[in-house]
Amino acid sequence: MAHRFPALSPEQKKELSEIAQRIVANGKGILAADESVGTMGNRLQRIKVENTEENRRQFREILFTVDNSVNQSIGGVILFHETLYQKDSQGKLFRTILKEKGIVVGIKLDQGAAPLAGTNKETTIQGLDGLSERCAQYKKDGADFGKWRAVLRIADHCPSNLAIQENANALARYASICQQNGLVPIVEPEVIPDGDHDLEHCQYVSEKVLAAVYKALNDHHVYLEGTLLKPNMVTAGHACTKKYSPEQVAMATVTALRRTVPAAVPGICFLSGGMSEEDATLNLNAINLCPLIKPWKLSFSYGRALQASALAAWSGKPANKKATQEAFMKRAMANCQAAKGQYVHTASSGAASSQSLFIASYTY
Amino acid sequence: MAHSYPALSPEQKKELSDITLRIVAPGKGILAADESVGSMAKRLSQIGVENTEENRRLYRQVLFSADNRVKKCIGGVIFFHETLYQKNDNGVPFVRTIQEKGIVVGIKVDKGVVPLAGTDGETTTQGLDGLSERCAQYKKDGADFAKWRCVLKISERTPSALAILENANVLARYASICQQNGIVPIVEPEILPDGDHDLKRCQYVTEKVLAAVYKALSDHHVYLEGTLLKPNMVTPGHACPIKYSPEEIAMATVTALRRTVPPAVPGVTFLSGGQSEEEASLNLNAINRCPLPRPWALTFSYGRALQASALNAWRGQQDNAGAATEEFIKRAEVNGLAAQGKYEGSEDGGAAAQSLYVANHAY
Repeated sequence: MAHRFPALSPEQKKELSEIAQRIVANGKGILAADESVGTMGNRLQRIKVENTEENRRQFREILFTVDNSVNQSIGGVILFHETLYQKDSQGKLFRTILKEKGIVVGIKLDQGAAPLAGTNKETTIQGLDGLSERCAQYKKDGADFGKWRAVLRIADHCPSNLAIQENANALARYASICQQNGLVPIVEPEVIPDGDHDLEHCQYVSEKVLAAVYKALNDHHVYLEGTLLKPNMVTAGHACTKKYSPEQVAMATVTALRRTVPAAVPGICFLSGGMSEEDATLNLNAINLCPLIKPWKLSFSYGRALQASALAAWSGKPANKKATQEAFMKRAMANCQAAKGQYVHTASSGAASSQSLFIASYTY
Repeated sequence: MAHSYPALSPEQKKELSDITLRIVAPGKGILAADESVGSMAKRLSQIGVENTEENRRLYRQVLFSADNRVKKCIGGVIFFHETLYQKNDNGVPFVRTIQEKGIVVGIKVDKGVVPLAGTDGETTTQGLDGLSERCAQYKKDGADFAKWRCVLKISERTPSALAILENANVLARYASICQQNGIVPIVEPEILPDGDHDLKRCQYVTEKVLAAVYKALSDHHVYLEGTLLKPNMVTPGHACPIKYSPEEIAMATVTALRRTVPPAVPGVTFLSGGQSEEEASLNLNAINRCPLPRPWALTFSYGRALQASALNAWRGQQDNAGAATEEFIKRAEVNGLAAQGKYEGSEDGGAAAQSLYVANHAY
């Protein structure tokens, strides 16, 4: 490597870095409302609502037309392609409504999983073809950030070196292309919680995965100050018999991040995976109270953990709009508090008691 | 990769982490007094002194007899093998005089550079053979940390991918072996300042090198909280016609580190390379005043930049020993302040310098 060919101009870097910082400023986080048509089908089926384009539009409209004060908790919303072009019942584009609230609009860019032959059912992610042109169009159409979800799983011989390298490489290509088109890439290397492994094993795997991701981002000349990370929290597998407190989850998570995520990354917005709304908030709060040095913002990019109650309150009935919005606002504000380490769970006594529950870090 | 086989027990991790925190405690840095016999030859010939074992002992005695004033600014001293077993005029081992000041003893363990065939004069560093046994012995003999120097250079076609990969790998093997023996590894991937490249080029190369180093450390299961990093500051090449201020050097250096060095690393102890004593202090001070968040300690591991005046004052004359020791203490204290951003310098420091920082997005 003898020569250097700057990937981005100073002006491009400034734009990306400012977008990233706006999304996670002051405890704000992200509403992941980018469920694909198929995934929305799963959600709507649970509340016995038909999966039509109109129903999907109605639910998103209810969320996006909440009071403007939502912009104190929500810095960005990730949309699915269809939603970026939908309008409210007055004909106003959703993306305009969000922007007028000062919320940054994002777009899901990956195109689903593809199998990796010769592995134990592992996958990589597709979507790189024509990605630059798609990004340019999305930028024109109002998006300022993108999101791409890679999936790794813990099992026998998993994640394999191939799965780690391949997914890290695809994430880095996606990130590089986004930045060339003025979109901040949210980098999401999700280690899914399926399995019976314990907390330590998830931490070990998360560290290996994140180290590979950041090496790939460096190799691909990605400007870290203009990215965000969307990782899993470090948790035990769903089928693990051992139970862990939010403080243990927090310590394992923050330790893993400290060992792998450079300080130049402005924000880390956790995915909620299969967590309940309350667990997602409690864990985020504990993470922000963890006594280790944490040079990035630690916030949320939640889908189910922001929408579960709202979906249940809605049940497909327009008359439930107010209740739906209240349910959503409640979770948004709770998670904003948690992103500042200020969430007070009614059943606990808050920050002081949880501080004492942190175990000295060197055991991890 | 399905299973994890812990490389270290919790007790081993705690011991390593505690040692690092002692070395880079606020206001403290490292005296690199590990010049090999060959390097000492150069230093001594510059002051007209013969390179004998006794002269090397007398010279190190000048440094190690510094009084308690160094306790607040020196957290560690790196020894060369020969020096680890030498004593002062009263028969007290140097190791003990250092430890009695509460300073951690370190040992150089690499065995010098060797060429990488097929490259443009690039090298790797040897010393892995029998390293575990050597570390175990050094630990018994009083050392709690070690140092291993790799060298990379910037030119038309260097550093090559091979040089970066190979040096990162050898650093990671060394670090892993040290930790198995209770020794904190200082990881030193030095990019030489030789050349006419500008500041940006050095920053770019430094980021690539450090990213490779930390990937290798991760691959080799090295416990980052029990390591220290000894990098070059990001500077232009010696022959670069553009001059840069300490603030520009600081911004480029801190930006490069923020992009590559995980927050788990407790301290970054810069080498001084070819910098003068004052330059090395001013740059370190500017680094500690840089307005970007810096989650690691940023301090010094200086050889020449702590010893140049002392060496010059001594000139091999025992009558000069006291004055020479004073010169060393003076630089140690200055760098202790610089490691906290509190050095006012011989120019005006403080508020005026803050405004000289350029917004970070330009880097």
